[in-house]
Formats: sequence, C-alpha cells, structure tokens
Amino acid sequence: MTVIENPSVSIKNLDLNFGAVKVLKDLNLDIAHGEFIVLLGASGCGKSTLLNCIAGLLEVSGGQIHIGGNNVTWAEPSERGIGMVFQSYALYPQMTVRGNLTFGLKNAKVPKAEIEKRVARAAEILQMEELLDRKPGALSGGQRQRVAIGRALVRDVDVFLFDEPLSNLDAKLRTDLRVELKQLHQQLKNTMIYVTHDQVEALTLADRIAIMKDGLIQQLASPKEIYNRPVNKYVADFIGSPAMNFFEGDVDSGVFTAGDLSIDLKGYEFTPAGQTGGPAWFGIRPEHVVVDGTGPVQLQVTAQIVEPMGSDTLVWTQVAGAPFRIRMDGTSTVQSGDVLNISFDPAHASMFDKATEERL
Amino acid sequence: MTQSHPQSIADAALSGPKGPKPKRRFSPANLFLYGTLIVMSLYYLLPLWVMVVTSLKDMAEVRMGNIFAPPVEITFQPWVKAWSEACTGINCDGLSRGFWNSVQILIPSVILSITVASVSGYGLSMWKFKGSEFFFNVLLLGAFIPYQIMLYPIVIILREMGLMGSLGGLVLVHMIFGMPINTLLFRNYFSSIPQELFKAARVDGAGFWAIFFKIMLPMSLPIFVVSMIIQVTGIWNDFLFGVVYTKPAIYPMTVQLNNIVNSVQGVKEYNVNMAATLLTGLVPLVIYFVSGKLFVRGIAAGAVKG
Repeated sequence: MTVIENPSVSIKNLDLNFGAVKVLKDLNLDIAHGEFIVLLGASGCGKSTLLNCIAGLLEVSGGQIHIGGNNVTWAEPSERGIGMVFQSYALYPQMTVRGNLTFGLKNAKVPKAEIEKRVARAAEILQMEELLDRKPGALSGGQRQRVAIGRALVRDVDVFLFDEPLSNLDAKLRTDLRVELKQLHQQLKNTMIYVTHDQVEALTLADRIAIMKDGLIQQLASPKEIYNRPVNKYVADFIGSPAMNFFEGDVDSGVFTAGDLSIDLKGYEFTPAGQTGGPAWFGIRPEHVVVDGTGPVQLQVTAQIVEPMGSDTLVWTQVAGAPFRIRMDGTSTVQSGDVLNISFDPAHASMFDKATEERL
Repeated sequence: MTQSHPQSIADAALSGPKGPKPKRRFSPANLFLYGTLIVMSLYYLLPLWVMVVTSLKDMAEVRMGNIFAPPVEITFQPWVKAWSEACTGINCDGLSRGFWNSVQILIPSVILSITVASVSGYGLSMWKFKGSEFFFNVLLLGAFIPYQIMLYPIVIILREMGLMGSLGGLVLVHMIFGMPINTLLFRNYFSSIPQELFKAARVDGAGFWAIFFKIMLPMSLPIFVVSMIIQVTGIWNDFLFGVVYTKPAIYPMTVQLNNIVNSVQGVKEYNVNMAATLLTGLVPLVIYFVSGKLFVRGIAAGAVKG
C-alpha cells in the first residue's frame, strides 16, 4: 500500500466498542488532501460509526484521530475542522435556509460581514440564492439536501463528511445530485469522506473506496482496482450488479476443474503469495461473458430466465451446478430455453481460496 | 361536446354499480352510534345543568325541589356570595381568598415543574450518560408510589427546611410530584426528534443549552402545552397536599370550597354551594377550552417532515 505523506485525515489503531460489541477493530486509514474517499459496506459494517468517530459524535474506545495534522481525538465536533451532511438532511425546521446556514457561524462568533460573504458564496455555488428566506418545510428533497451541503460549505473547512446523503432521494434526483457532488469536489478540492451502501455512488464518486465488513476495512483501493482485482470473495461478491458468477472446484497446475468443467487459467495473474493448488472459487463477472465470442474458454449453456432491463438483458443459466448470469445487449432476442454458446477470458476472472476466501 | 359523446355511450354500456357508493344517513349503525353518543352526553351534561340552574335560583325557589327546572327568576346573588361573602370559620371573604392562594401556588409550581421536567427529559434523551437509563427508571418508579406513603416523610422534610405551612413548601412538593410523569413526557417527545438534528447542531458548535433553547424548544410547543394542561389541572385540583402542607390563611381554593360546602352550621345554601363549585372548576375548564385550540395549532406548527 502506498504511504500518504502528510495526510488530511489519519486514523490510527481506532477501536470502538458499544458495551461488549466491538464495532471497529484496530482500524487504520490515511486520507490524502483533496481525496474523495468512500466508505462502502452493508448495513452494520461500521461505516457510519467510523464517520461519527471522525466527526467526534462518538467517543472512541481506543486509538487516535488526526485531522489536518492535529490530534483531535478529544476535540469537540465543532473544533475539528469538519462539515457534515446527514441522510435525513437534519435541517433545523424552525429556521430559514439562511438561519440554517449561519447557525454554526453565529455559534463560532464569526463577524457579520464574513458570515454574509460565506452565505453568498455557498448560495452561489449551490445555486440556491432564491431559497435563502424559505423554511426547510417549503423545500423539495433535493433542495433540502443542497441546503445541508451548504451548511457544511459555509463552515469553510478542509474535510467534508457525508453520511449517506443521497439515500433519501428518488432515483433520478440521486443521479443528478451525484454528478453535482462530483462537480463540487472538483471545484472545491476538499477532502471528502462519504459513507454509502450504494456501490454505484461509490464507484462513480470515489478516488479510493474502502470496503468495510464487521468493523474492518477489507480493501482500500481505486474503484477500478476494486472492481477488477477484488482481494477477497466478499469484496468480489459485494461489488458489481448483477453480482459475480462463482463456482467452486480445484486448482491444479494452472487448470481449474469443477466436475466435468475444466478451465485453463492461461492469462490469469496469480497474486505472488497465492499460487498454490487446492480447493478454490472461480469468479467471472456477467459482463465479461460474451455470447458467440472467441474467448479462450468456450461453453454451451441453456437460458433459463431472461430479464430485460432496458439497456441490458440479464440471462440466467447454469454452469457446473451453480447459477450463472450473463449480461447481454438490451436488443438481444434471447428467450428462455435457447441454447447459447458463451465464452470468456480467464484474464478477467478472479480466483479465491476456498477456505480463506482470499484472492489467489 | 363531440368529446362527451363517446363518453356517454361508454357510460350507458356500464351496467350495475358505478361511481361513488351512495351513503345511507339512517343506517342501523349510524342510529346506534349517534344514539349512544347523545345518551352519554346527556348523562354527563345533566349534573352540570342542575348545578348551573340551581346556582341561579334563590333559596325559596331551591326549596320547591324542581331541581331540573330552569330558574323562574334569575339571580346572581349566590355567585356574589360564594365569591366574596361565604364564611369558612372566622373568615367571611368567600372563595376569592382561596382563588388568589391557588393562583399563587399554581403559577410558580407549573413554571418550575415544566422547566425542570423539560430540561431533564432533554438531558435523558439527547445526552445519554452511563446510568441514564437507570436514573430514568428510578424517576419513573416515583410515579407509581402512592402519595399517602410519602405524606408524613415530606412533613418532616418540610419542617426541617423551615417550609412547613408555607406557599414555598407546597410549590416544592408540586414540583417534585410533577417530575416523573412530565419528565417521561418530555423524554419521549425529544426521543422522537431525529438524532441527526442533534448531531448537526453539535457539529455546528452548539452546546447543551444552545441546542435546548435554539433547536429543541422551538420544536416542542405541543409537548409544552400537553405538559401545561396536565400540571395546571393537577395542581389546581389538588386537595390532599393543599390541606396537609399549608395553613388556613393560605389554603388553596379546593380546600376552601370543601370548608364552605361542608360547614355544618346554619342553613345549607345549595345555590351558593353550586356557584362555589362552578367557580372552582372554572380554571381547568378555561384551560381546556383555550389550550385545546393552541394544542392543535402547536401540532400543526411542529409538523415539518424532514
């Protein structure tokens, strides 16, 4: 792993327990200045807990948190140089948008002229000048989330924390705001830490993704790396929709066998440590399977269920006794019962040890 | 018109039930429902009717015995007498003395108990500390202990504090006994406010009191009204604490009412007794009427869906 010099946010040996439950275990994470990092995982993996620890809303059980080079482990949330955006927007309902934006600044006793300037700037960046005198109740969901982002913006901080900010919005708005967020990051160049369970958000927004499970970071890498070279079966299964196809079998001297299926693994890059034989999982993404293609591995399958999804068509088949999904073009005319000739390249595959589920 | 033509053909083609289902005004269910409601309201309104008409009759008319009949000649003399002339013991200045005593007890008791309960409810819901749940449960337990058990210990405590027989002592007692139920009310209300709002305020640098006054209070008018109704009616109607912890000069209105109505000397003046009782009940009644409206408005004002 690359070492980050002078990180913006640095988490060192962080532990967090709720009573006897260990939610975060000896967690280490360095985030560079201006980096957009996404904490991704299923519910209960500790991603929101980690964000709350960084914000100072939860007291840590062990370890340190550094923001901007200062040890802020014991600091109040307002003293940490962070702004935070919440899933439910958490706007103060009885204050106008302007009141919401200025509440923190007034608490910090920022001079009036400075407050005016910052509110004007935030309103301009987020295009909400005409909303300033309305109350949150009179705003739509997208506008509310924009105000919530504005509230973080006026704080003039280096680090933004987002706790599933788009999850309460409908699908179309979510896509729009996602693009706006990315634009905002390119414009402001702040460090952003973003929690989500939505892998599309993670893949589209992140410079690096940290995939979490059971309070541990499973993999911390760029979206491309995570998608193409997942370090273990959990990550491989979690990322990608429809999910990766798996079948179990054995690896022996570069050949994978599962029942009467045998795949020559020529082209597959084994990790330096894992080039051993034995029981293993073979994984290939549905989009890497080509119908009537010329890949090195050729199979014949029967389409069982066909799910047209507009841009794509998802075809469910069986290979080596396990369900096998193929992603085809949206214009495909495959019907259930059709026999398909499929092919793929083992270079695109991911192999995992059967016992440890680590990448081979 | 040309457009409505195919429509009417389509309408004509539909046979059987269509459109809104017709409603029957005098269905058996409706008759039963409204019949029951009318009978029940008569049952509850009848005593009030008897009280009002009796209080407006003079004693000669009361003695004729037609308790349901409206007064032949309306007189407000019983009301005047109940308010300013009726005797309890050696004092003959009517209920007015008790009324002002009750006001003096009520106002500080309500303000203090709601203040203490709202702050404790806020603390217990938003600033959970180690043992806060235990603390809350102990407080709740207080709501289930019968008052009678604590009567005498409190007499001793007040005596030691030098507050026995004073207004201050009674206010203190009302404040303490109002705490469990009102703290519960406030805690539950504040617990229903999203935690994220509280977190956002903390990131914005607001402390315990700033969050309470600037974020939570403006959102909690409905619960303050509810708590106020409970406290005003409870404290105004209190008899037990008033009679035990005060002395005759500062008896609350309820105690004085009892003394007027139950006095055994002379003629029973039913019309004065009725007027005195109505006067005493007036305050809670007014509170219900006034705050009922406020209550609805408070709920509507707080209804901002996040």
